[in-house]
Amino acid sequence: MKFVDEYRDPAAARDILRHITQLAEGNHYKFMEVCGGHTHTIYKHGIENVLPETVELVHGPGCPVCVIPMGRVDDAIAVAETPGVIFTSFGDMMRVPGGNGNLLEAKARGADVRMVYSPLDALRIAVANPDKQVVFFAVGFETTAPSTAVTVMKAMQKGVTNFSLFCNHVTIVPPLKAILDSPDLRLNGFLGPGHVSTVIGNRPYRFVPEKYGLPLVTAGFEPLDILQAILMLLRQIDEGRCEVENQYTRAVPEHGNLKALEILNEVFELRPHFEWRGLGFISQSALKLREKYAPWDAELRFSVPGVRVADPKACQCGEVLKGVIKPWECKVFGTACTPETPIGTCMVSSEGACAAYYNYGRFTKHQTVPVELTRSKTPEPV
Amino acid sequence: MCLGIPGQIVEILDPAEHRATADVDGVRREVNVGLVMGDAGGIKVGDWVLIHVGFAMTKIDEEEAASTLDFIKQLGSVYDDEIRDFSAEAPL
Amino acid sequence: MSEGPGDEGSRRDYSHEDEVLERIEAWRRRRPKLKDEFINSAHGAGGKASAALIDAVFLEAFRNKSLETMADGAVLELPSGERVAFSTDGYVVKPRRFPGGSVGDLAVNGTVNDLAMMGAVPQWISAGFIIEDGFSITELRDLVADMAAAALKAGVQIVTGDTKVVNKGACDGVYITTAGVGVIPPHIHLDAKAVRPGDKVIVSGKIGDHGVAVLIARGDLALEADIPTDSAPLGELVEHLLAAAPNTRFLRDPTRGGVATVLNELAREAEVAVVMEESALPIRNIVNGACEILGIDPLYVANEGKLVAVVPGEEVEAALAALKAHPFGVDAAVIGEIRDDPPGIVLLNTVFGGNRIVDMLVGDPLPRIC
Repeated sequence: MKFVDEYRDPAAARDILRHITQLAEGNHYKFMEVCGGHTHTIYKHGIENVLPETVELVHGPGCPVCVIPMGRVDDAIAVAETPGVIFTSFGDMMRVPGGNGNLLEAKARGADVRMVYSPLDALRIAVANPDKQVVFFAVGFETTAPSTAVTVMKAMQKGVTNFSLFCNHVTIVPPLKAILDSPDLRLNGFLGPGHVSTVIGNRPYRFVPEKYGLPLVTAGFEPLDILQAILMLLRQIDEGRCEVENQYTRAVPEHGNLKALEILNEVFELRPHFEWRGLGFISQSALKLREKYAPWDAELRFSVPGVRVADPKACQCGEVLKGVIKPWECKVFGTACTPETPIGTCMVSSEGACAAYYNYGRFTKHQTVPVELTRSKTPEPV
Repeated sequence: MCLGIPGQIVEILDPAEHRATADVDGVRREVNVGLVMGDAGGIKVGDWVLIHVGFAMTKIDEEEAASTLDFIKQLGSVYDDEIRDFSAEAPL
Repeated sequence: MSEGPGDEGSRRDYSHEDEVLERIEAWRRRRPKLKDEFINSAHGAGGKASAALIDAVFLEAFRNKSLETMADGAVLELPSGERVAFSTDGYVVKPRRFPGGSVGDLAVNGTVNDLAMMGAVPQWISAGFIIEDGFSITELRDLVADMAAAALKAGVQIVTGDTKVVNKGACDGVYITTAGVGVIPPHIHLDAKAVRPGDKVIVSGKIGDHGVAVLIARGDLALEADIPTDSAPLGELVEHLLAAAPNTRFLRDPTRGGVATVLNELAREAEVAVVMEESALPIRNIVNGACEILGIDPLYVANEGKLVAVVPGEEVEAALAALKAHPFGVDAAVIGEIRDDPPGIVLLNTVFGGNRIVDMLVGDPLPRIC
């Protein structure tokens, strides 16, 4: 695949790794990758295997599925179970547990829950089913919010009134601030969220070096991108610089996508505050539809319980999300909390640090011993 | 929430409605190009875009892509040069 | 090494992590508990939930030695000493017709292949139909014609069957259940427990075609791609393979749950490690592209015309040659090997030089959208 395969070339990786190892020698660096997509790539390709021990990656809260509180999932299920509703959602959200089970289970009980790939698919379902109410479970950071916004604008333009949004879009800067303000944490730098940056650009991260003295490099999602970004961070530290840099230049324009930002601003406004699972209430961190688009707001059209559900006592998702503990350090990791019986969202979403570690990385320390693909020699007599 | 795939625009279906067809290794899907139509040069058949939940988010800049790869490849040769120079100087 | 900037103390301390991992493995070895009160789609996906359901509900009630082996079918010994393989499967795929085939093809080939994986020569098939009131007889004829053609191609006969009609809405069109019987030649003994460290893992061709073909044919994801199913009868392929590599240890067809599920089942049953090389996995570019767009892992996607074989090292060349000489095995490749450590685990050496686990499937492989 073009623009993918070239960035997975192991030979090129060896060169970057040599430089990384050289620069990191004698120290121990902790870099946080904020974005869930990065967590997934790191584990999928076994990047932690190939990095030297002097460089440690800490997984941050950039998984918009992971941070949805249980109470909001219950609200979604309540809407889904309303008669006459077709509830549409991205795949990842379907197994996130609320206080009373997840959307898949609601579907098993008879709710019309459908998985969609794009918010436009949800709009199409609304057009095709004029006698039903179609609701879209909008989740995601600034990467996804513009797409939802375009969909709502289209709904208005075409006069589709049986379509509405259950909006849970969040923004990336507030949790980043929350991490930086957290007293438990010691980091040396950040890998910035590459795809969020295609929308917001690189400037919103300036406060990280300017106020907190830590470098940030916006990174792409292929293994070489991540290695190059780590190298760029190490070079900054080595050269005494501290700034925002862009590794993902092929996809991230410095100023972001002005059209997308315009559309975001047209359709959404910031909620005064919003609850983040594991991080508590953060002000100005989530989006809701503006007055003009209120008719497409599911929270106004349907009555939702709106009950705040406390995380189970055993759940340590908050500490994992902040990178304070590693997944395997959580007391219920792998026993009471597994991908099939998740207690917290870090375990449900395939981008959650716990799920990624459980599903992919449990034997990360295991040496990679290549398989001999041709016939093996007949065993020597002992 | 960051799954973005590079795909190539192979057909503009409806410029007014911002509908185009993108191809990823032979698989085709309709994508909405409304977020990238304002880019310099607009969107045309042959352009590469980053696709996320059915929308083109940005045009992939082939020059930048090439220079990223060049930089990475350079690292190899820089290192080899250093080794060569070092061995040349080191007293044995 | 001096203490540098950053957190002091938490270097990668493997000893504590090892403890946690051991605790997890002990937990995983326990019998799967079924906590659900109602069936959900995960129970049919072929992964952990399916295993828990089978164990807790069916095995618990029907308990007997043949059933407990939990292979693709049962091996039964006749008074004459001959062994017979007996297998059954239900076919409910939606849509019923997809590029390259239909539920009719699957219904015959699926059961034929289950028998072949036990080393049997598939011979006799039964076919039960549960049909919804109002179903089109023309469509029924077409599906049955597909079954007849598939049976001819596979060299089997459909010798008995049953038909039931249920009320409108009580089933989705038509559900087909087939069962099959075949004789296992006396010298053939395939068993997961025969697998040894050093054995190689072979797959008979490119993976992921069927599952992706059906997903696309459903139309919900609005993808267009020229990907037909790979549904095929593997009886003859297996005969040729076993003739060339008589010490083949184990065969299974990677249907629901894909290659990853078969290898996890093997790793558990045989208490060995299976290590794969990502670079060796045969997959069509277009199937790979579809999986990337959808965010699904091709290792978990169903195949309907492929087999996974574990073959001792000295027979690998012969096995590959036999597979590649047959039309259904042209893309056969060695994808991995058996090791003794870590037992029960499937590992993948990534293209990039790292490694990761390929775990048992959890739930339905929902495309990872995000």
